[in-house]
Amino acid sequence: MKIVADTPSPLTALDRPNSYIGRAVPRPNLGRLTQGRAQFVSDVTLPRMAHVAYLRSPHAHARIVAIGKSKAEHAKGVIAVVTGADLAKVITPWVGVLSHLKGIKSAPQHAIAVERACWAGEAVCAVVARTRAEAEDACELIDVAYEELPAVTDPETALDPQTPVIHPELGDNLTFERTLDAGEVDKALASSDAVIETTFLFGRHTGVCNEPRAVVADWNAGEERLTVYHGTQAPHMMMNLFAKHLDLEEHQVRVVTRDVGGSFGIKVHTYADEMATVALSKLLRRPVKFVADRIESFVSDIHARDHRVHAKIGVKKDGTITAFVIDDLTGIGPYSVYPRTSGIEANQVVNLTGGPYACPNYRARARVVFQNKNVMCQYRAVGHPIATAVTEGLVDLAANAIAMDPLDIRRKNLYPDDAYPATAASGLRFEKLSHHASLEKIADMMDYKALRAEQERLRKRGIYRGIGFASFIEVTNPSAAFYGVGGARISSQDGATVRLDATGAVFIHSGVTEQGQGAEAVLAQCVASAFGVPIERVRVVTGDTDNVPYGGGTWASRAAGIGGEAAWQAGKALRQNVLAAAASILQAQADALDIVGGIVVDKGTTRERITLDEVARICYFRPDTLPPGFQAELMVTRHYVPRAWPFAFTNGIQASHLEVDTETGFITLLRHWCVEDCGTVINPQLVDEQIRGGIVQGLGAALFEHCLYDERGQMLNGNMADYLVPMAVEMPDMEVGHVVSPTADSELGAKGAGEAGTAGAPACVMNAINDALRPLGAKPLTEMPFTPGRVLAALGRV
Amino acid sequence: MKPAPFAYAKARSVEDALRLLREHGEGARLLAGGQSLIATLNMRLSSPAILIDLNEIAALSGIALRDGDVVIGAMTRHAEVQQSDIVASHAPLVAAAMPHVGHAAIRNRGTIGGSIAFADPAAELPACLLALGGRVEIAGATGTRMVAADDYFRGLYETAVGADEVLTAIRLPAATPASRFGFLEFPRRHGDYAMAGLAATARADGASLKDVRLAYFGVGMTPVRARKAEAALAGGDVEAAVTALVSDLDPPDDIQASGAVKRHLAGVLLRRVTAQMDARIESAHDGGKA
Ligand SMILES: Cc1cc2nc3c(=O)[nH]c(=O)nc-3n(C[C@H](O)[C@H](O)[C@H](O)COP(=O)(O)OP(=O)(O)OC[C@H]3O[C@@H](n4cnc5c(N)ncnc54)[C@H](O)[C@@H]3O)c2cc1C
Repeated sequence: MKIVADTPSPLTALDRPNSYIGRAVPRPNLGRLTQGRAQFVSDVTLPRMAHVAYLRSPHAHARIVAIGKSKAEHAKGVIAVVTGADLAKVITPWVGVLSHLKGIKSAPQHAIAVERACWAGEAVCAVVARTRAEAEDACELIDVAYEELPAVTDPETALDPQTPVIHPELGDNLTFERTLDAGEVDKALASSDAVIETTFLFGRHTGVCNEPRAVVADWNAGEERLTVYHGTQAPHMMMNLFAKHLDLEEHQVRVVTRDVGGSFGIKVHTYADEMATVALSKLLRRPVKFVADRIESFVSDIHARDHRVHAKIGVKKDGTITAFVIDDLTGIGPYSVYPRTSGIEANQVVNLTGGPYACPNYRARARVVFQNKNVMCQYRAVGHPIATAVTEGLVDLAANAIAMDPLDIRRKNLYPDDAYPATAASGLRFEKLSHHASLEKIADMMDYKALRAEQERLRKRGIYRGIGFASFIEVTNPSAAFYGVGGARISSQDGATVRLDATGAVFIHSGVTEQGQGAEAVLAQCVASAFGVPIERVRVVTGDTDNVPYGGGTWASRAAGIGGEAAWQAGKALRQNVLAAAASILQAQADALDIVGGIVVDKGTTRERITLDEVARICYFRPDTLPPGFQAELMVTRHYVPRAWPFAFTNGIQASHLEVDTETGFITLLRHWCVEDCGTVINPQLVDEQIRGGIVQGLGAALFEHCLYDERGQMLNGNMADYLVPMAVEMPDMEVGHVVSPTADSELGAKGAGEAGTAGAPACVMNAINDALRPLGAKPLTEMPFTPGRVLAALGRV
Repeated sequence: MKPAPFAYAKARSVEDALRLLREHGEGARLLAGGQSLIATLNMRLSSPAILIDLNEIAALSGIALRDGDVVIGAMTRHAEVQQSDIVASHAPLVAAAMPHVGHAAIRNRGTIGGSIAFADPAAELPACLLALGGRVEIAGATGTRMVAADDYFRGLYETAVGADEVLTAIRLPAATPASRFGFLEFPRRHGDYAMAGLAATARADGASLKDVRLAYFGVGMTPVRARKAEAALAGGDVEAAVTALVSDLDPPDDIQASGAVKRHLAGVLLRRVTAQMDARIESAHDGGKA
């Protein structure tokens, strides 16, 4: 894979002397990661620590008639065998609903199943032992008598009257439904020259993290305090939930999240087995460790996608898109996942479909239903890949129907770059996007005309190459509109505390977390630039609810845009405080001084006045020499939350160039481009890595990843041999370009970039495949993943 | 993903391994590279009472040219085979197949003997053995016997190697100037077991192919010879050979592909592998190296 040279972003307001904003500085955590000195939860060992293994239901739906634990209790090394009923004495169940998703409903979910198992993989009993191996051995000795119940697996029939209701007290299997009707859809369709209708299918898949989910819980009865070492994206959210369900006050809980081996949205949810582990520590009054193994990860890490979307588009001969209509159906397993709910993805599909286009007529319905499969919830780019594939798939079909070039139809319909602020048909509000600049840039980067000419030439030789595009928008920097307004105690604001140490170095404590994406680098860059020290003099502390400001963590592409802004503001504030101290030492005016490269200078010059370590020395050890009444404040905290806009939307466009072997149905990805606009680029290398990594996950969805289930609710490929993650050999070179439209909501102007790659990649691969096969009269492929078998079927070869 | 408890014994020699197998009976399992076995243990799909480790038996490793055969010791690692000059010159089919066996880390540990003994129906090496008409050397209580590849594969993961026996080597007839081979597979991702694959050998007779052996993998319970297609191909008719596959192969559905897709791919494989063999004949006639 070729890594294309990054160009620093043009910056204006942020170009303080020696600014690190816009520079590809290495991550401060590289050394510890590459030398094996990172601390993942999997590495944590505590005195008296026990290990838990969970016995999981082999049935998709079954009544638990009896659990015989005595053989297991007497097995070697076993400390306790605990059932759901036992554990319910120390932990309360939860219900994954939010008040702003009108009508969403779910049933109480227990840490360990009580009475009934609702998916194959749900934990029904825990064994705590000296080692994980002993715990697993004892699991085999537990006798569970199950009475199998009918499993509801197909979302299409989940709402039929003859289908059993999974939670009878809810009345039906409908979790959530949302409808939207904007503009005059019927009239618009009637006035169209062509109306194209099709169905898109998206496979269930999951985010396969390098480090599986892991938690070490330590209830200290002496202190009445719970410390949880947790591989999570949201330490404060988890602190709140542990307290709430274990009958503790929040201050009695500390969540420590050091290094996390990848998250992708998988680790931002409440997992029954992790809650159970924490409860077991309280019950047994000792540390308990749980690290999910790969097999149980596949049936207990949240799954995502799995949507069926009937969709329609109307278009006029001149290329004007007249209307979008979608009907989305998704099955989310037996429970809406807590606390973010499993209604958000479908909700996002409704919000985002048609989003790049200035088309006022839009009708949508989304239904979310229960089923007896593993739970589904938010995974990287929640809803975006679905909405983008539906929208962009329709746009290409429309272009084809009126024989228009796919770029031209986009030029005709994308929001003009001078149309902002704008409000979409779905109600989303856009501050400033750059669809057209992005489109022209990508056409240029890929040399579109030359690729089309090559395509023509090669077709004559029986070589079928395709070019596909996907314009997209991405939700980033969410305000309280995302979860807070729905009653969830999930912070949308984030804080940063910066402190000058006694030698002139700076510490930043931030509420956002490091998942391997490089958040620590961004925080260090913001502080170093705002305060004025070399980046080596900045130390970053994250992931400890006892020691960082209250914050949201890492999700919805918020860490850089929100956490970075808080760090920037805190760095600026500390500079003012330090300059006030320096001024009182130097008997100068604070506003005539500045800090550059770690030295207090006369503003606008590099003339040294005093070093930072000298300021620190005097303030900490000889405050007696400072003027009476002057108190140096060498630690400050600043918070930030977006207020002007509910979300900082970003935009971009991706393009895929691929070749289809029409005899075998194999697809070779030749090249991939992405131009995106995440506002201010704080660290071009990290942004490009995020884009590339995101694209790879999107390509996985398009070509490989699929959680296959049989009709009885058994997952058929829950292992790394059969569940195909995208691997390097199959990946194309990826070129990334940027257009920069900073958000005015923050001083930094940075929006998020974590999900753009995943949002657009599946759509443009789909369009490229259909572009390649069009001359062969193949029926357009709209069911992901695009396996060789599906390509062959579309070509009528099997 | 922790294995159930098991005992462990290190065999010092083949005789030692055979003695341990007899001593422990049913519950014993030989450990070679562990690349297939350890996964099944960790997933608790099998729980042998004792593992008998073959890794210290030096005599089981090595590659030699002997009596017109390429002899590869059971414990020879895939990586060693991949790098071997003897294999490259005298068993080029195996050399061509080797990069497709898993990934570098797996090839560093996995062994030829393990692969042939495990006999995964989608594995490359069992099909190469079959295509080459090689033989398998098996040591048991009563001494060592040779089993021809055509008699070796008995059923799904079932071979001629008895529960109390050790596979000690494979022997592959060394290539002659007239030997032709072809190899191609269609895995979803590079390094995966293939949805369908074909290892083929033939003898060039002028411009035509004789003694054609087509060993398909990933399409049945064992590597499968497509005998009617072989005959058709020897008659010079590729399309007739492709048609003959309908009765030669009856691939079951699996997680990556339906039987129908596998059957279709088998035809594509045959055309492309035949073209490989024909191309090698042409380049031989051009004075190039076959
Ligand atoms: C991720 C991954 C991908 C892989 N991909 C491929 C692939 O694409 N193609 C492929 O062919 N293989 C693949 N493999 C399997 C690999 O090639 C194995 O190494 C091989 O199948 C078994 O060899 P081993 O030496 O590891 O045997 P082991 O795992 O040690 O043993 C396998 C079985 O054979 C028995 N056995 C081993 N040696 C002997 C002997 N001398 N006599 C009698 N019985 C014996 C063992 O008792 C056991 O039952 C893959 C493995 C992994 C982990």
